[in-house]
Amino acid sequence: MKLFLELWTIVGVLAGAFFFFAGTVGVLRFPDSLTRLHALSKADNLGLGLVVLGLLPLVDSVSAGVKLIGIWLLVLLSGATASQWIARTLRQSGPGP
Amino acid sequence: MSEFLVGAAAFILGMVALGLLRVLRGPGNADRIMAAQLLGTGGIAAVLLLGAASGEAATVDVALTLALLAAFAAFAFVKAKLGQASGESRPTDSQ
Repeated sequence: MKLFLELWTIVGVLAGAFFFFAGTVGVLRFPDSLTRLHALSKADNLGLGLVVLGLLPLVDSVSAGVKLIGIWLLVLLSGATASQWIARTLRQSGPGP
Repeated sequence: MSEFLVGAAAFILGMVALGLLRVLRGPGNADRIMAAQLLGTGGIAAVLLLGAASGEAATVDVALTLALLAAFAAFAFVKAKLGQASGESRPTDSQ
């Protein structure tokens, strides 16, 4: 059981780190602002979610785990809202897609 | 296990630092605030990983504060930008 939980942590954190890598590559390599926004807002929040899932077996109480998941949900909510607003300023200032 | 977690945190911080190159290259201010958002999310992940590695429970509160600051940064940017575009302090269309 302990081995399985450690494996869970390692797989989750590695997958999360991979998605952070993908987000950085997208932000640096994609050609225009809207595609960069797409790479950033999806890959990043998914990476954070996978890291949180990977860290869940390490917490020592249920409330600490709920707090971790709460942080992820908060980041998802604020990230999605901020991405919509940034996309709107891009549409208003530029010629649009 | 804690060495692995610290290593993962260092990797994520390195990725975030690479992403901050976008702040230098621009071209628009929106691209720069996107790199700052990347710093927010990656910083939260790194702080959570370091907290799990060291067993310090208070790092979760640091991560919460980072989440709040990243959200406020994005909203301040959008509010300033929309205020410039429409000549008002608020966006005019309310969808």
